[in-house]
Amino acid sequence: MTAVRRLATVLAAPLLAFVVAGVVTSLILLMAGDSVSRFWDALFRMPDARNFVNIINNSVVLYLSGLAAAICFRMKLFNIGVEGQYRVAVFAAAVFAGQAWLPGYLNTAVAVLVAMLVGALWAGIAGLLRATRGVSEVISTIMLNSIAGTLVAYLLRQVGERRGETMTTTPLPRDSWVGGIPLIPGEASKVYGFAVLAVLAGVAYWLILNRTRFGFELRATGASQPAALASGVDVKRMVVMAMLLSGAVAGLVGMPLLFGTDHAYASTFQSGIGFTGIAVALLGRNHPIGIALGAIVFSFLIEQSNVLDIVAQVSPDVVVVTQGVIVMSVVIAYEVVRRYRNTAEQRGVARSMGGPSGKQETEGVVA
Amino acid sequence: MRRTVKITVALAAASLIATSCAQGDEGPEATQASEDICETAEGDGPQIGLAYDVGGRGDQSFNDSAYEGLKQAVEELDATCTEAEAGPGENDATREERLRTLADEGFDPIIGVGFIYSVAAQNVAKEPDYRDVNFAVVDGFAEAPNVANLVFAAQEGSFLVGAAAALKTEVGHVGFVGGVDGPLIQSFEAGFVAGVEEVDPSIQIDIKYLTQNQDEAVKGFENPPGGRAAANGMYESGADIVYHAAGKSGLGVFQAVESAGDGHWAIGVDSDQYKTVGQSQKPYILTSMLKRVDVGVQEYIKAVVEGDAPSGFVTYDLSSDGVGYSTTGGFVDDIAEQLDEYKQQIIDGGIKVPDTP
Repeated sequence: MTAVRRLATVLAAPLLAFVVAGVVTSLILLMAGDSVSRFWDALFRMPDARNFVNIINNSVVLYLSGLAAAICFRMKLFNIGVEGQYRVAVFAAAVFAGQAWLPGYLNTAVAVLVAMLVGALWAGIAGLLRATRGVSEVISTIMLNSIAGTLVAYLLRQVGERRGETMTTTPLPRDSWVGGIPLIPGEASKVYGFAVLAVLAGVAYWLILNRTRFGFELRATGASQPAALASGVDVKRMVVMAMLLSGAVAGLVGMPLLFGTDHAYASTFQSGIGFTGIAVALLGRNHPIGIALGAIVFSFLIEQSNVLDIVAQVSPDVVVVTQGVIVMSVVIAYEVVRRYRNTAEQRGVARSMGGPSGKQETEGVVA
Repeated sequence: MRRTVKITVALAAASLIATSCAQGDEGPEATQASEDICETAEGDGPQIGLAYDVGGRGDQSFNDSAYEGLKQAVEELDATCTEAEAGPGENDATREERLRTLADEGFDPIIGVGFIYSVAAQNVAKEPDYRDVNFAVVDGFAEAPNVANLVFAAQEGSFLVGAAAALKTEVGHVGFVGGVDGPLIQSFEAGFVAGVEEVDPSIQIDIKYLTQNQDEAVKGFENPPGGRAAANGMYESGADIVYHAAGKSGLGVFQAVESAGDGHWAIGVDSDQYKTVGQSQKPYILTSMLKRVDVGVQEYIKAVVEGDAPSGFVTYDLSSDGVGYSTTGGFVDDIAEQLDEYKQQIIDGGIKVPDTP
């Protein structure tokens, strides 16, 4: 009985969220004068095999970005800077790997380390500013994003070569490319080989946060800074460490794209992954499995936006709005369910204790 | 505390809905039924697919020009069509998927509007399922037998409006506002500067790009306030003519010239912008550099229908009237002779216009 009930409360929030998101999206479509039924028909049109591959590939990238953001979120550090961090990192890795100083996969491996290092350093700037000068990481990471974009654009002009109307770094040597995994038989498009990297990062995230002292201290700092400080956690050091770690994971974000499809950093390299990652982390509630689900939901919507646009004549803007609505609904639904559960528990405790005196205590425990 | 949370959530939700309405409304407004040939076309001719980059139609310049070509082709050939638009933050895989979806829905030819579709078109065109589909990319650099790159010698047209600016300036000071600083827009700058210097090397030229960052297309090409600020700066520092190559951001340049008042001019780009600006701005549009994307799109569709689909690079330059300058408004009539002389020299090869600054 209690197991069923627990499952119900676990499932209640996401279900509520998606129902609310569906209703709100339909209302928006109505107001925009688009066809609601065509939207839902097209949205849930069975994707082709190649679309599944695209969804997985996009999820891999978004997952890494979500993880990077989640590391800091667990500590209540709002790292908005994944966008800039992955950008400088992938650019550095592309320039390094393009030189082909090392043979084959050694080149790949070192380039990935370069990306993690550069990402960590870039994030570390914000961490240091926060720890030593008390500069809000929200402000500094937003500014660092802007600086990263301009810096990379400038450097690309210095070291890049022209290809058509774009600038690009020297393409990677072919033996450093990371081949795809033929996940669906008979389908030409393949899943990024670096999908493995995302899985490993997810496992490492879970292990570090839940099975190490560092992870415990990080979560403790997130739960209550004064309490963590009182129990001997060096909060300043934790801020810097969390930013470095987050930046290192952010450095991985561009790797599947760089080694799997693009094989160079060009001025058309995908942008915005860092911002989407924030939403994905929120959607997944910073849980390694939750983030994966969030990444899949977002990738699914992105993949279907073409069908929506071409078949149902729904503007891709509506898809972006839908993503936003889903995130909002999830945040709100979890809050609603949490409160419902709180009052239910309070009532339960109050009943068993025969008075309203238990109320204060349970509130504290649950929160 | 709880109340503030509640209020914040409510406010956030309200603003989200409000902005989404605004966004959603933009669609039908920008693509009114009478304005939207693809909603009404019902011929049994070819099915044409057009794919834009972020922003799509409504820039009164590049994308609208492509649409104009599509419209003419549809009317002429009894065709049907559809338009697709990119979302923010895409990669080549997403763009490829857009082209495939169009092809799967039976559209052929498929035209990508903007060089951003080059790699995607090249990849899709080589896939076994799509080898028989005809693709074109405006400003493209794709290499596949069934892809045509419709490229424009923008520097040649820019040279002529540069010469016009040099001949018309009263103070010896002109300006250039570019969208995104990259090879594409630099060819506009290079041509403009060469044109000005051909007439009078002592003229001062202010150059400003709205962004250096090539993936900030929105900041570069969808940013009228930025265009207005850049142009304002130039007029205030003494320039009297400003040429823009900044897509929709150019609309801000026109606002700036209007508030700068008499004695100031702006030069449009891509389409004949005198025709699309408001009445109050018309007196300030000296001329426009024409990049006939419409002609390119229309001719390409016609060629495909006639079974004569081009491949590789199809260049539109002064000699084929693929680029040029507009005369609507009559403000350059007095210097038309000189401009035509320059034009002839470029066509004859007497003047070589650089495409990089």
